[in-house]
Amino acid sequence: MKQDTSSTPDVLVIGGGNAALCAALTAREAGASVLLLEAAPREWRGGNSSHTRNLRCMHDAPQDVLTDAYPEEEFWQDLKKVTGGRTNEQLARLAIRESSRCRDWMRKHGVHFQPSLSGTLHLSRTNAFFMGGGKALVNAYYRSAEALGVQIRYEAPVDRLEVVDGQFRAAWIGQERIAARACVVASGGFESNREWLREAWGQNADGEWPADNFAIRGTRFNRGVLLKAMMEAGADTIGDPSQSHCVAVDARAPLYDGGICTRIDCVSLGIVVNKHAQRFYDEGEDFWPKRYAIWGRLVAQQPGQVGFSVIDSKAVGRFMPPVFPGAKADTLEGLARQLGLDEQAFVRTVRDYNAACRVGTFDHTVLDDCHTEGVTPAKTHWALPLDTAPFYGYALKPGITFTYLGLKVDERAAAHFKGEPSRNLFVAGEMMAGNVLGQGYTAGVGMTIGTVFGRIAGASAAAATRKEGVEHAAA
Amino acid sequence: MQQLEALLREASDLAEGVIAPSAAEAEVERVMKICNACRYCEGFCAVFPAMTRRLEFAQADIHYLANLCHNCGACLHACQYAPPHEFAVNIPQAMAKVRGQTYSDFAWPSSLGTLYRNNGLTVALALAAGLALFLMMALAKNGTLFHAPLAGDFYATFPHNLLVSMFGPVFLFVAVALGLGVAKFWRGISAGDPNAAAIAETAHDVLKLKYLDGGHGQGCPNADDASTLARRRFHHLTFYGFMLCFAATSVATIYHYVFGWAAPYALTSLPVVLGTLGGIGLLIGPAGLLWLNVRRHAQHGDAAQKPMDRGFIALLLLTSATGLALLAGRDTAAMALLLAAHLGAVMALFLTMPYGKFAHGIFRTAALLKWAIEKRAPNPVGVGSE
Repeated sequence: MKQDTSSTPDVLVIGGGNAALCAALTAREAGASVLLLEAAPREWRGGNSSHTRNLRCMHDAPQDVLTDAYPEEEFWQDLKKVTGGRTNEQLARLAIRESSRCRDWMRKHGVHFQPSLSGTLHLSRTNAFFMGGGKALVNAYYRSAEALGVQIRYEAPVDRLEVVDGQFRAAWIGQERIAARACVVASGGFESNREWLREAWGQNADGEWPADNFAIRGTRFNRGVLLKAMMEAGADTIGDPSQSHCVAVDARAPLYDGGICTRIDCVSLGIVVNKHAQRFYDEGEDFWPKRYAIWGRLVAQQPGQVGFSVIDSKAVGRFMPPVFPGAKADTLEGLARQLGLDEQAFVRTVRDYNAACRVGTFDHTVLDDCHTEGVTPAKTHWALPLDTAPFYGYALKPGITFTYLGLKVDERAAAHFKGEPSRNLFVAGEMMAGNVLGQGYTAGVGMTIGTVFGRIAGASAAAATRKEGVEHAAA
Repeated sequence: MQQLEALLREASDLAEGVIAPSAAEAEVERVMKICNACRYCEGFCAVFPAMTRRLEFAQADIHYLANLCHNCGACLHACQYAPPHEFAVNIPQAMAKVRGQTYSDFAWPSSLGTLYRNNGLTVALALAAGLALFLMMALAKNGTLFHAPLAGDFYATFPHNLLVSMFGPVFLFVAVALGLGVAKFWRGISAGDPNAAAIAETAHDVLKLKYLDGGHGQGCPNADDASTLARRRFHHLTFYGFMLCFAATSVATIYHYVFGWAAPYALTSLPVVLGTLGGIGLLIGPAGLLWLNVRRHAQHGDAAQKPMDRGFIALLLLTSATGLALLAGRDTAAMALLLAAHLGAVMALFLTMPYGKFAHGIFRTAALLKWAIEKRAPNPVGVGSE
């Protein structure tokens, strides 16, 4: 499987995360020579995939690390629900069915699976966890790609594309032109492009630019350069350009690559106030994993894009431990001081909430009957008064996981230009996830889409080069 | 405000006689809090499941977890927060630094704990002393190191009782020093009482080196992120080679005292066969471990402990090489010289055992036993029950 590295590759893969690697491996397995261009240096390779941990996976019977069954129909219904119907059923079902067939292939390329992590029992039926997480998966794929003879270049940020009538000709890195017979673009969304994000979120009534206060949970290299280049080349888009998956993370999270550990899991166990020490949403609306993703937007809508999750000692040990220690005080006044909140307003908010609590039988594993009465907003479950010192507080800010704007594709992962599929230009991963996931999110589905459409794009690209060869021979 | 509170806490800790954590311990606490909020590495080894049973990491927890870590390196390569990430999480390195500190802190007698920190010098002096002692004794006895062939009669050079009177007390001292050291460690980590199942599981984990299998059976990283079983296999050759040599000596002792059969024994006799097999294992194993150690990824473990690792490996190699050379040359005029060299190496190996790399096996076994005990108890942290 040696390939001539000096000549034009059959397939050019732009991107270096899960979808790009799946495309490169599949194209190479199909006999194509492959060149993969990763914008990041080697130590930052893998994009957002390095922060992932599992793959949502259809299965009809228990498997190694998966309990029970997760049939196609149930997966589809879950997807329909979280997207509110903003999905393409044909492509969604393709992703779902293929998810049941990809794990052996993943294992062949060195990916190992492990049982669902402690604290994630709710995912043990639906999600197969990667041993060591996404970075271990990315490492395995790069190792396998190197062994198979895929040519890999790091620090190779493509800045423009040469596309003529919807057909790929070449990619450019500065003055360097890289031609190929087919191309897969899988280089992520635009969440790390601060200017674009600012534009997408706009200015609020207070004159703030909310996006300026966001953390980016993943790689700093997803600047949307290829997304923009494809759009300029006339590719059809899909998804709301102003939308992104946005969660509430610890306000001390790094600007990029904070990943999973900066999340704050205690929201449903206490109250959340804004910088004026006022509550603004029902903290006990539903189980935390189901509400995880709405709190980013809720916090983004608050003044200063900041919130404060406050709990008392009763909650300690009931949620995933946070990465940074919380503010801790023996009095509510002391906690307010530490959090920089107005003491009187904060104490009044807590007292009002405490007085409104109707405590029944607390049970964090069900939608219990502990709720508030006579306070707005209500807390509809798990409402226990904050009365047991010490009290803890965590400042929150919005953290962007990914953006929804993508490129329209078909079941061959072909990019579309004015409704017509390209013959040799394919899209995979976050750049086309919007076809399946028009809004919302459910754990592990990004990796499902990336893996399935990465492999499809790789196979389609390899097939396109074979067809091209036949056409050349016939001419 | 938080700084003031921290200072107040420190002051009250000092007043109550609480010892402030060392920099190495503080680093383990820092990275464990990050890991505990991530948990992606749970499948690799016992450290991470043990971590999830805790929300806070007191000094005893840190000592325990540090010795539970096998420095396999898998979590470093898998880590989304490893350098160059600003969180700079390097579990194998943080754990190794605390491990080195625990060996030293729990040494008996405690004044000799410092020998760990200057282990290159310790090994060099012990070896020089051992070699000099036996070479001088041979010279004093025979007036020359070369002699007429003695058909492998070691006792013509060093009488049996003399050897017993020298090695017996040293061996006893090693057992007592290591035993008292690990007993103090065990009390420190307040491990509880093992049942038979916990003991059996620990024996299995130790004898199979379970946690060098990467969690998936394909081994652990060495030079890069690729998994290899080489470390586990070379360690097996080393460990079982050592045990076979030990068995050879034990069988010979039984021959001597119980049956009255004096050495030398025939090449086909049990002690010689065991010793030869063990010697070969103890030659190939440490040679392989040395090769791996030299090629090891720069971020694995604590670079400051490499001299200790390599000193111990070199002593093992010297012991097996001189032992096999002695077997090959026992009928020649060089027997006394070879015997003195071998005994000198063995003496140095034993003298440094309680204050060198050998201790890792003892402390890790204790940590594995604690893990086997605690995993059988209900998890005290009911996190994520939803």
